[in-house]
Amino acid sequence: MFFWSLVLIAVGIFSSFIYGRSRIKLNSKKQGTKSKSLPTYYAQYVLMWCLFPALIVYFSWAIFQEQIIQNIVISNFEFIEGAVYNEGLLLAEIRNVANNPSFADGKSIEIINAASHYSSLRQISQISFYTSIIIIMLLGALYASRKLKPEFHAQHKIERYIQYILIFCSSVAIFTTIGIVFSLIFESLRFFAEVSIFEFLFSTEWYPFIPIREGQTAAEGSFGAVPIFAGTFLVMVVAMCVAAPLGLLTAIYLAEYASQRVRKTVKPLLEILAGIPTIVYGFFAFVSVAPFVKAFGQSIGIDASPTSALAAGMVMGVMIIPFISSLSDDVINSVPQSLREASLGIGANKAETIKKVILPAALPGIVGAFLLAISRAIGETMIVVVAAGTAPNLTGNPFENVTTVTVQIVVALIGDQEFDNPRTLSAFALGLVLFVITLFLNIIALQIVKRYRERYE
Amino acid sequence: MSNSKILANSVDVYYGSKQALFGISMDIKEKEVTALIGPSGCGKSTFLRCINRMNDLIEICKVSGSIKVDNEEIISDKTDVVSLRSKIGMVFQKPNPFPKSIFDNVAYGPTIHGLVDSKNDLEEIVHSSLKKAGLFDEVKDRLNEPGTSLSGGQQQRLCIARAIAVNPEIILMDEPCSALDPIATAIIEELIDELRLNYTIIIVTHSMQQAARVSQKTCFFHLGELIETGETNKIFTNPDNTKTQDYITGRFG
Repeated sequence: MFFWSLVLIAVGIFSSFIYGRSRIKLNSKKQGTKSKSLPTYYAQYVLMWCLFPALIVYFSWAIFQEQIIQNIVISNFEFIEGAVYNEGLLLAEIRNVANNPSFADGKSIEIINAASHYSSLRQISQISFYTSIIIIMLLGALYASRKLKPEFHAQHKIERYIQYILIFCSSVAIFTTIGIVFSLIFESLRFFAEVSIFEFLFSTEWYPFIPIREGQTAAEGSFGAVPIFAGTFLVMVVAMCVAAPLGLLTAIYLAEYASQRVRKTVKPLLEILAGIPTIVYGFFAFVSVAPFVKAFGQSIGIDASPTSALAAGMVMGVMIIPFISSLSDDVINSVPQSLREASLGIGANKAETIKKVILPAALPGIVGAFLLAISRAIGETMIVVVAAGTAPNLTGNPFENVTTVTVQIVVALIGDQEFDNPRTLSAFALGLVLFVITLFLNIIALQIVKRYRERYE
Repeated sequence: MSNSKILANSVDVYYGSKQALFGISMDIKEKEVTALIGPSGCGKSTFLRCINRMNDLIEICKVSGSIKVDNEEIISDKTDVVSLRSKIGMVFQKPNPFPKSIFDNVAYGPTIHGLVDSKNDLEEIVHSSLKKAGLFDEVKDRLNEPGTSLSGGQQQRLCIARAIAVNPEIILMDEPCSALDPIATAIIEELIDELRLNYTIIIVTHSMQQAARVSQKTCFFHLGELIETGETNKIFTNPDNTKTQDYITGRFG
């Protein structure tokens, strides 16, 4: 039904556009004056007055129709005394019967009655839906057409409306972010109602197992997140040890040594690295790098586990190279050419110029690039899920299994979990910590980059 | 006067396929100020940047011909560009101090060339360079402040101090006053007049008054060609070429 209503709306706005344009031409001819705006703006004006009310009706129906019908059906349902009903199951049953009458066999009379009630309500709703769309579009067009006079500034109105539309679109993203933050906070509060925040932040034992059935004698769960934070930190450090030198040296090569042609080819190639799905990096880490790390560990006499912080961190380092190299390259490039010339003009060679003039001048921006890369690294999920392991070891040894915040969130949410026990809810608390840290890093990084930009503009 | 410092012989410069300089030959004497004048785009900066091989930085720029500094060919693959540039200081159109302290700006050259052995020597060079550039008295109490915090004219004098700290023999100046106000310009011009005693100076300028005030020789460029060269007095009072005449009297350019 909603497809045909979209067709209806399309027809409506098309004809309103045509109508608006011919109407204003007619009116201005009648009055013998030229209209203040071009005819197409009047047409758009009518179109908008047709389209937006119709869209509001459309979406309110899409959102509320099912809910309202269900409420009416349930409130009219003839409950039998003493019987126990599950409302969700009951509704599903009614809907099944209504949609497919062959399911009616063997159902109780109340269900069949309710199903026919449900069907008739849906029909009424559909008819009133189409009529209200048509009426609202006609009303909108009527209102707009009364303004179609040559002295009316249609263009000003249109520009105002377009501004509203743009504001609406940009606020969608902002409100979504706010919504995400609030859902994180509320779910985390439920978690902290059961587990003390001090235990979560400072205790070193992470055993998120709780008795599933009553009377089951499993150990009490323990939610000390320190090993998880330590694991995240360890993987991040390994990643930065790989990415920082490689990325920065790549950036220096691209910005200072490479010819324009090489730079134009290599930079996009590097940025492709950033576009590879991270799960693919995960395969690579697990299938190629982790066995190599294990073999390497054995050759130097360290017992490495099959998944390790080192394997995950190294691959993650490769993943964030393009962030560092591409951003640093931009920063180094925006160091004014006049500084290069000044240094070379005194007789400094290229290496001295880069070391003593370019890099110090670009340092704030490079630090910003590093911080962005770090925040990317600690938020990264798939590589560590596949290659870092899930054991909450509190260790500084990169050959060992570790686990990270993101991995634990995945583990907590996998499987049939009700959102009422601390094991599942711990995901939200971990998510909140992750969110706060990355937000903080991003803000600092952007501030540094911004201040740096201002200095040279 | 037979002591040629710089001797250019039919220098051609191409930017890609476009020729920017056509057979420039010039003889620049020691311890004189030579002014290069001419309308925008006539190649005077390009020529200046040939002398310290600054054009190497531009990928598409090709230089041919011969330029000899102290009788040594510099348009050659064998030229040691780094030592050439330490012998030829350069001051740019826009003041471009490093984002470092005033002291470090001047100390940069002597440090990378290993001209000093001790901290005292370095301080000595920095102070004397700042004095020669006429900036010392204004900044002696704040040598640790960033060079970018100075005014435009002071920054330009800082750049001059930075250039002379490595003890060059030649100083190239590419419109050094175009970004400065008249007072700062007057100070720099006075400074150029003093520096003439110790250095060979080549200055590119758009201001004919400036050329007349500071230079002994003047070279007039037009569309990539050297039209006329001679004593500044003569060029400005009685040029041989009508194009020069037209330019200095303001008929074009």
